[in-house]
Amino acid sequence: MNDKFISLVSGIIFGIGLVISGMTNPEKVIGFLSITHNWDASLVFVMGGAILAFAPFFFLLKNKEVSALGNRIELPTKQQMDKKLVIGASLFGVGWGLVGLCPGPAISALAVFDPIVIIFLISMAIGVLINTNILK
Amino acid sequence: MHNFTPISALIGGIIIGLSVVFYFYTTGRLAGISGIFENAITKSSNRLSNVYFLLGLVIGPLIYYNIILPSEDIAFTITHSYGLIISGGLLVGLGTRLSKGCTSGHGICGIGRLSLNSMLATVIFVAAGMLTVTILQQYGIHL
Repeated sequence: MNDKFISLVSGIIFGIGLVISGMTNPEKVIGFLSITHNWDASLVFVMGGAILAFAPFFFLLKNKEVSALGNRIELPTKQQMDKKLVIGASLFGVGWGLVGLCPGPAISALAVFDPIVIIFLISMAIGVLINTNILK
Repeated sequence: MHNFTPISALIGGIIIGLSVVFYFYTTGRLAGISGIFENAITKSSNRLSNVYFLLGLVIGPLIYYNIILPSEDIAFTITHSYGLIISGGLLVGLGTRLSKGCTSGHGICGIGRLSLNSMLATVIFVAAGMLTVTILQQYGIHL
């Protein structure tokens, strides 16, 4: 069992969870964001289920020094709430509302073989690189 | 709420959460997809592992629709406006990395860790998304 194999398996489980939850369908996500009109609250249950499954294990595991594969446990460093967090989350939210795709479902959506998904992912990669190379 | 599907949403959410647990337990890393995506296209640390995770995200739905439930049709409806797709993609890529997290990194891992930053980020991106959809609906762009 190595890191690559584990990553592949984790991605597969994550992707299966995404399709079962319905969140790979942009129309469904837009139904959740459509708060004033035919609101579809399903996404609350997706996020709630995921948080409930993850949180107890996280607090059991977070103080271990190494993971099961012997890697150092990597936790995000505590950061100040700053402008980047607020502006970044706002921009992300607008983009999410424009199309109904966030990064996970956007990648899983490659499974439907619609070329428009590739255009979205290339644009998303450019957005990431703008931050990595210009704003950082 | 005629499209409300709480049971499948909850089951899917729990599976996503268990994937995050499994990944954290084995690799010691948190499964924030925008971070994995950034690492896959930029840095050399764990680069190949990140590519494998993303590959899994595509294989998972293929397994589901071809092996687990081959009778089910893939539900996928998306705008085909290039303007919306390109601006949406740019904003999602830029915004998630500027705020260091997306729906998984902030919404699931961050809130699960009880991070106040992630809770704030999640409230902001959900609110911004709702505002955007509401405005687009006024112009007849989203139904």
